[in-house]
Amino acid sequence: MSENKSNWPLWEVFVRSRQGLGHKHVGSLHASDAEMAIGNARDVYTRRQEGVSIWVVPAESISASSPSDSEALFDPANDKVYRHPTFFVLPDEVNHM
Amino acid sequence: MDALLRLGDDALVLAQRLGEWCGHAPALEEDIALTNIALDLIGQTQSYLSLAGSLDPDAPKTDDELAFLRSDREFKNLLLVEQSNGHFGDTIARQFLFDKYALLRAEHVAQQTFDMDAAAIAAKAVKEIRYHADHSSKWIIRLGDGTSESHSRIQKSINDLWKFTGEMFAADEVDIAGSIAGLLPDLTALKTQWDEEIDKVLLEATLVRPEDGEMKTGGRTGVHTEELVTMLAEMQVLPRTHPGASW
Repeated sequence: MSENKSNWPLWEVFVRSRQGLGHKHVGSLHASDAEMAIGNARDVYTRRQEGVSIWVVPAESISASSPSDSEALFDPANDKVYRHPTFFVLPDEVNHM
Repeated sequence: MDALLRLGDDALVLAQRLGEWCGHAPALEEDIALTNIALDLIGQTQSYLSLAGSLDPDAPKTDDELAFLRSDREFKNLLLVEQSNGHFGDTIARQFLFDKYALLRAEHVAQQTFDMDAAAIAAKAVKEIRYHADHSSKWIIRLGDGTSESHSRIQKSINDLWKFTGEMFAADEVDIAGSIAGLLPDLTALKTQWDEEIDKVLLEATLVRPEDGEMKTGGRTGVHTEELVTMLAEMQVLPRTHPGASW
């Protein structure tokens, strides 16, 4: 496996599980193009019936927040408990909140 | 029973070959892909050989007994699937030529009503083989329409294996009886469909279809290449050395 080093680009894989409502990040893999990335994702990440739908995204297309900004980004939300909707009583008909 | 052995042995021998790639494929993703395919084929093997073994007129046999305790002369697989892995392109070419054939055959077996057990096995297999054929076809196109080196190497792989493709369609008495009963497809009609499928992919891959030269046969009657003998030695050593071993 090591003698032929892969130069394929990196892809991030998102899989929607049977009961899941949204695609969830499951990992990454290498592939030469999107079609191959989906094929590889099927083989690597859904072989135990994990999924019913796959998204692949070129890893380079993902922009991430910087860890050094985390205080400024996330700490201000700490003391604002009133933003949580837990004070409301949900009608029974409402699913998936 | 012979017809079922052929279906089972094709899958078993190819699965064992693909399993040899485990830990050796050119990329991690492909390593898993090839072994996934091998596992699909082993599942098909278990079903076909269990069914074949239960029909043995002398004494019913289990799938394990058929897989591990027969000699090479008793295996009924195609010569194509026993050929050694070679490089990745050789493996893909072997897989591609077989997948297209196996898919057409399984589609027929899934629809026939002569043997409903076989139909149920094939119905499940069709879904699996459809993915195998898609996987191998895409690699043929990628390699054929890739660099000049990948193009010439995959062309050579196909050329080298072409002599084993005739056997898939060389109908003998088992095929003819199976086809009359309905269990097996008519191989002449199957060949026409296979030709179309193969040509379509080769065209897109910018590869040339080899001329039909002299074709090698014998696998269906147990006359194999020595490739199978060495492969079986490795595959069968454990159950033969420790009969009844389990884990």
